[in-house]
Amino acid sequence: MQLALFIIFGLLAVAGAINFLLQRHPINSALSLVVVMMSLAVLYWSLGAEFLAAAQVIVYSGAVMVLFVFVVMLLNAGEEERTHGSKAAYAVGFPGAAAIFCLLSFVFLSNGKSFGVTDLGNHLTHAANNIAEISQVLFRDLLLPFESTSILILVAILGAVVLARKEH
Amino acid sequence: MSAAVPISWYLVLAAILFSVGIASFLIKRNIITIFMSIELMLNAVNLTFVAFAHMWHQITGQIFVFFVMVVAAAEAAVGLAIIIAIYRTRQTLNVDQVNLLKN
Repeated sequence: MQLALFIIFGLLAVAGAINFLLQRHPINSALSLVVVMMSLAVLYWSLGAEFLAAAQVIVYSGAVMVLFVFVVMLLNAGEEERTHGSKAAYAVGFPGAAAIFCLLSFVFLSNGKSFGVTDLGNHLTHAANNIAEISQVLFRDLLLPFESTSILILVAILGAVVLARKEH
Repeated sequence: MSAAVPISWYLVLAAILFSVGIASFLIKRNIITIFMSIELMLNAVNLTFVAFAHMWHQITGQIFVFFVMVVAAAEAAVGLAIIIAIYRTRQTLNVDQVNLLKN
């Protein structure tokens, strides 16, 4: 079950990411990014993070990507054209990304034994469920950081309004 | 009953997504798409956090992902406002033409 979920949605995420890379139009890239985020939500759920799976769907594919699509439509962004800068980017981008991928997967796979395997069902230590455990940590131990993120969001809203306002 | 998946497979999947994010960050010329590839990289890192949280039977990694999501949402709002401001002043979304510091 978990293996099937991982293979299906892992392949879906990789396909979405590759499509994101290859598409020229920003709307197509945004929609493939939504595919990646939805499959990541399923993978979070398969790792026992139900709250984060819901938050991923609501915050990322719901709010953030809708904001991106709105901006793409608002600015009427068309297909990107190739410039001389993109040749250098191709020459550096693909080998660099491939090198980073090779390094990361070498480290991960050579230490693969010590990471262990997933065991869905007993991943929690003592709490009743995932949301109970998260809320206990978030609202009791980490109350101050949690409240300061609300101030961060407030400042971000004000900053976005100030930046996007028409100057006159 | 169910075949267990090694944690390292999740990490390799995150590495794939992160590398694709890096590649598209470097290759794309549209500023909105570049911004979206940053989101892709953040998502890949979130996947490693959740996988490690599962591995250590600890909730801390998931808390960290929660804060990353909050910061990413705030960053997306401010960044898109900056993109709108850039489009208003320069009338372009191509990063090659936003070269005021270069000349």
